[in-house]
Amino acid sequence: MEILTGSISAGLLIGMVFALVALGLTIIFGVMDIVNFAHGEFLMLGMYTALLTAQATGFDPLLTIPFAGLVGFMLGVICYLGFVKYLIRGPMVAQLLGTFGLMLVLRNLALFLFGSEDRTIHEGLLVGQSFDLGMGVIVPATKLAAAVLSVVLFTAVWLLINRTRIGKALMATALNAQGARYMGIPTERMNAFAWGIGGATVTMAGALLVNFWSVTPYVGLLFTMIAFAIVALGGFGSIPGAFFAGLIVGLITELPGIWDFIAEMTGFAWMVDVPMTSFKYTWVYLAYFLIMLIRPRGLFGWKH
Amino acid sequence: MPAVLEINHIKVRYSGLPVVHDVSLAINAGQTVCVVGANGSGKSTLLRAIMGSQRIFDGEILFQGQPIHQLSTEAIVRKGIVYVPEEKMLFKPLSVADNLLLGAYTLKDAGRIRKNLDYVYAMFPRLKERSNQAVSTLSGGEQQMVAVGRGLMSNPRILMLDEPSLGLAPRLVDELLDTVVKLKNEGMTILLVEQNVREALGIADHGYILQTGKIVQEGAGKALLESKVVQKAFLGL
Repeated sequence: MEILTGSISAGLLIGMVFALVALGLTIIFGVMDIVNFAHGEFLMLGMYTALLTAQATGFDPLLTIPFAGLVGFMLGVICYLGFVKYLIRGPMVAQLLGTFGLMLVLRNLALFLFGSEDRTIHEGLLVGQSFDLGMGVIVPATKLAAAVLSVVLFTAVWLLINRTRIGKALMATALNAQGARYMGIPTERMNAFAWGIGGATVTMAGALLVNFWSVTPYVGLLFTMIAFAIVALGGFGSIPGAFFAGLIVGLITELPGIWDFIAEMTGFAWMVDVPMTSFKYTWVYLAYFLIMLIRPRGLFGWKH
Repeated sequence: MPAVLEINHIKVRYSGLPVVHDVSLAINAGQTVCVVGANGSGKSTLLRAIMGSQRIFDGEILFQGQPIHQLSTEAIVRKGIVYVPEEKMLFKPLSVADNLLLGAYTLKDAGRIRKNLDYVYAMFPRLKERSNQAVSTLSGGEQQMVAVGRGLMSNPRILMLDEPSLGLAPRLVDELLDTVVKLKNEGMTILLVEQNVREALGIADHGYILQTGKIVQEGAGKALLESKVVQKAFLGL
C-alpha cells in the first residue's frame, strides 16, 4: 500500500511540473500550428540559467525563477522574430526541420558554453529536506515547492490568456489569424508574444527542476518528448488539457512503483523480475504512440 | 466633397493571372455604395485589396486622401476601415460577448467600448440574450449578426460588408438589409458587396457592376437597376 501511495503522490507532484513544461509547447502550437522541437532545449537553458545564477549570486535556485523567466521570454521572442517568423512562410517540412535545427544549435551552444559534464545543485534552502505525510508519502521539499509553484505559474498564465485583453487577442489569433487581423490585432506581435510566454514558462519550469534534477546539455530531449506526449494527450493547443495530461504523464512515469504494488498484492513472482524502472519513460512514449493511434485530437480537442 | 475612400486604377493578380484590372471607384462620407457582380467577378478580391490582405499590383488606394495600399491590415483597421468578410471569420469557441469585444480591439476607452456594446445589443437584441453562449452554438443568421455587430464595435468610418446575405433565408436577408438601411440612415459610410442585385441596388446611393474584374457600368443605385446590363445579366429580363 505504501508503495502505491508513495508512487501516486510522487507522480502527481512531478506531473504538475510536467504540465508547466508542456504549457508553452501547447500555446505555441495552438497559436500558430508549429511544433517547437527546441522546446526541451529552452528548458535546458532555463536550468543552466537558474543553476549558474544561483551559484554566482549565492541565492537559492528558486529565487532565480523570475530571472530565468525573463531570459526565457527574450529567448522565445528572439527565436520567433529572428528565425521562426521566416520559417512559417515556408512549407510544413521547413517548419519541422527548422525547429529541429534550432534544437541542435541550442544544444551544441550549451555544450560549447557549459561543457558536457553533469551539474547538480548541492545546497539550497530546501535541498535535503522532506516531509513525511504518513502512508508512505514522503515528499522532498524541493519537489513540493516545484509542484506548488508550477501550479501557481500555470494558473497565472491561464488567467492571463482567458481574462485579459492581450490574452483574448492571443486566442483570437490562434482561432483565426486572418479574422484577428481584420479586428486590428497585430498578429505578428501576438505570435512573438506566444513564443515569449512559451519560452518563459518552460525556462521557469527548468529553474524549478534544477533543485533535484541534474543538468547536462542533453537533458532537453527527454523533456521535449514528455511535453509532446502531454500535448498530444491533452489535445494540441488546449491549456486545461495540458494540465490534466501532465498529471497523467506524471503518474505514468511512476508506473514502476504501481507495478511493484500490483506484484506485491497478487504475489506473481514473474512481475517482480521485470526491470520496470529501466523502462520508466518507455511507458510515456508508448502512451504517446497509443494516443496518436486512438485519439489523435487528444482528451480536450480544442479547435481542430 | 473629397471621397472618404478612393480607388484609382488598381490591378490585382493571383500568381500572375489578372483578377482585377483597372478598377476605380469612390465613396463619399455617408454614402452607401454597392458593388454587384457574379461569382468570380473579383468583388471579394477588391475588398481584400482595400484591407491590405491582398497586395495590389498597380494603382492606388486612398483613404481620406492618404495612400493606404502599402499599410498592414492592422494599420488599415486602426484608420477606421472595417471589413466583415464573407466567411465571417468568427472566433467560434468564444462567447458572443468576447467576439464583440474583440471587434473593439483598436479602442482603448472602456466607456466607449461599453457604449458600443450596448448599441450593438440594442440593434440585435438576440445577441444580448445569447451573450455568454459560444458563437459555434448560434444559428447562421445569428452568426451573421455577430459578424456585423463585431464590425460595428470599433466605430468604423467605413463599413465594408462582403455578401452579408449569403446563405441566409429570405426573411433573414430582408432583416439584414433593414439593418444596413438603419446604419445608412444613421450616417454610416457603407461599401456593400452583394449578389442580391435587386435589393442591394435598391438601397444603394451609387452602384458599380463588376464583370470579370472590370467595372462595366456605374451609376445611381436605382438608375443602375433599370440599366440594360443589369437587367440582362442579373435579373434575366
